[in-house]
Amino acid sequence: MRHIISVLMENEPGALSRVVGLFSQRNFNIESLTVAPTEDSTLSRLTVTTVGSDKVVEQITKQLNKLIDVVKVVDLTEGEHVERELMMIKLKATGQMRAEIKRTADIFRGQIIDVTSSTYTVQLTGASEKLDAFIETLGTSHIMEVVRTGVSGLSRGEKVLSL
Amino acid sequence: MELLSGAEMVVRALRDEGVKYIYGYPGGALLHVYDAIFQQEDVQHILVRHEQAATHMADAYARATGKAGVALVTSGPGATNAVTGIATAYMDSIPMVVLTGQVMSHLIGEDAFQETDMIGVSRPVVKHSFSVQDPEEIPAIIKKAFHIAESGRPGPVVVDIPKDMTTPTERFPYEYPKSVKLRSYNPVSRGHTGQIKKAMDMILDAKRPVIYTGGGIIMGDASAELTELAQLLNVPVTNTLMGLGGYPGTDRQFIGMLGMHGSYESNMAMHHTDLIVAIGARFDDRVTNGLDKFCPTAKIIHVDIDPASISKTVKADVPIVGPAKNVLQEMLALVKASKKEIDKEALEIWWQQIEEWRARHGGRFRTDDSELMKPQQVIEMLSKVTNGDAYVCSDVGQHQMFAAQYYKFNKPNRWINSGGLGTMGFGLPAAMGVKMNFPEEEVVCVTGEGSIQMNIQELSTISQYDIPLKVICLNNQSLGMVRQWQDMNYESRHSHSYMKSLPDFMKLVEAYGHVGIKVDKYEDLEDAMRRAFAMKDRMVFMDIAVDPYEHVYPMQVPRGSMRDMWLSKTERT
Repeated sequence: MRHIISVLMENEPGALSRVVGLFSQRNFNIESLTVAPTEDSTLSRLTVTTVGSDKVVEQITKQLNKLIDVVKVVDLTEGEHVERELMMIKLKATGQMRAEIKRTADIFRGQIIDVTSSTYTVQLTGASEKLDAFIETLGTSHIMEVVRTGVSGLSRGEKVLSL
Repeated sequence: MELLSGAEMVVRALRDEGVKYIYGYPGGALLHVYDAIFQQEDVQHILVRHEQAATHMADAYARATGKAGVALVTSGPGATNAVTGIATAYMDSIPMVVLTGQVMSHLIGEDAFQETDMIGVSRPVVKHSFSVQDPEEIPAIIKKAFHIAESGRPGPVVVDIPKDMTTPTERFPYEYPKSVKLRSYNPVSRGHTGQIKKAMDMILDAKRPVIYTGGGIIMGDASAELTELAQLLNVPVTNTLMGLGGYPGTDRQFIGMLGMHGSYESNMAMHHTDLIVAIGARFDDRVTNGLDKFCPTAKIIHVDIDPASISKTVKADVPIVGPAKNVLQEMLALVKASKKEIDKEALEIWWQQIEEWRARHGGRFRTDDSELMKPQQVIEMLSKVTNGDAYVCSDVGQHQMFAAQYYKFNKPNRWINSGGLGTMGFGLPAAMGVKMNFPEEEVVCVTGEGSIQMNIQELSTISQYDIPLKVICLNNQSLGMVRQWQDMNYESRHSHSYMKSLPDFMKLVEAYGHVGIKVDKYEDLEDAMRRAFAMKDRMVFMDIAVDPYEHVYPMQVPRGSMRDMWLSKTERT
């Protein structure tokens, strides 16, 4: 099963490499990973999506908690949560495709953020499946380049991950 | 406030931490630090011949005392040579602080002379690491390093110090912090009372309980509490390789080590138990054998300081996260206050069964199938000559298993071996580290002719510092454990397990100024050993010829259950 694990950690040099190293060292899988400082610049928030049995995910959270730089860990998928991923996708846009891409982007509530006479770059935000669906709808033959941020997420309601 | 250079701060912080000895080897990146060491007398530096030995000396000090040992190595090759020692300590949860020199900050990343990314290289084998970015941080970083190394589940901590952090002409105010607080690191100080109560109820209800304990009892200083609880309840106790000495080895309730080379009775008891009380042990693969067949009828209480050790391989029914000592104290209080008693009748039947198992194998071995003496006989003699009271520092291989099986450890912290990583070459420097800190005690390195050659250069360090330890070398002229597996699984094709050109160990140790004693016959063994131990002020190396065909038994059948064992070359359970 897919899990979204959120990690609050010290914004220190080496902290990220310890987290990433832990995953490779213990043979845990990383589907996506995103990290940036929080409103408190001494803390970073890292979100990792992984696939594994309950036993493996329990080990992942326990091993993450053991890292000295890690302040708190939560498995967002254990409860109600919201998740988003941002994608920028550069597409060949000539002839009829120019209108087709624009229409599809509108349907997916995407924005065209860069235009040339032969390309469009579309920005799209949503759950990962929505981004997958956009790619599938347009077909891979028009895609020049794709970049995705990986998943970020928060628990719904009052629940927070903080000091 | 006193002004000190970074180099002086390193040495002063060690002094203020109460460090007496540091083990190390100088080099370019550490010259300022070594100059500071030269100009004081509080912290004594021991010069080894290879950095690996420095880490093992520090490690063994920690194993014998529970306090973090300190090693000091230079950048590049000095640091990488220390990695095996750091990994050894990491696998066995041993507190250690390793200070590594580093090239100047502005050269980092430029592939400078003797540059290695030590933080990166050591990352998978440290509890934590620090890189000094500002000399003023040195006292706080060293304080944190000791705190992290010694608290919670102990482990090695690396402090990487670029050379320009130690410049003698740049001075800063020095104050060693009295305490340390880390918002992201708060190890538990006590177990959950409700869980402990639940566990105690289960223990009092059990019909065939076994207490299984590991290194957590030794490093957690909980041997007295364990012994009291086990004796109050009359429950059998088995120890892991790391846990030997946690419960008195000559006591009736001790049923031996468990696992791959565990005693017949302990593995049988584990297989048939209805309740495992695991304390400070981690159900590793050398203990559990085939996980799918592990202890089919057992409920499991698992006490460990490290939550990640609980339910990692075997699921616990009652997990208790906490220090062994505190949890055992609470358990003792509950038993003493409880109106309920353990089921004595059921226990009586359980003990009868265990005694039957004990009688079946009982650690027997043949002496009639070889002209040469048996390695087991040597260990039994060692136990006798030293009254079971020596610090026994082992290398890795058959001799390690024989020492674990046949030396009866009645006290904790006396059995010092590389259990998790299985580092050949550990024994000699370990014995050096212990003997330097316990000069009045008997300290023995039990080794083989293979392992001893992995850090043989330390014979020189032993001369320099007059460390009168004793070496018992079980010389079977082959890498015994490799050979045993080749005998059992590869139709005795002895691929590279035979050592063709062994040195004359007598001449070798004499060249370093030590005493060598060679023994070929069992009749001579006791006299020779007593002679060796009578030489209080000399390092004596006993080269003892033992049967190369001997195997370590019992040995569990791979991927079987706990009770599936070879009991000798011809008998299987």
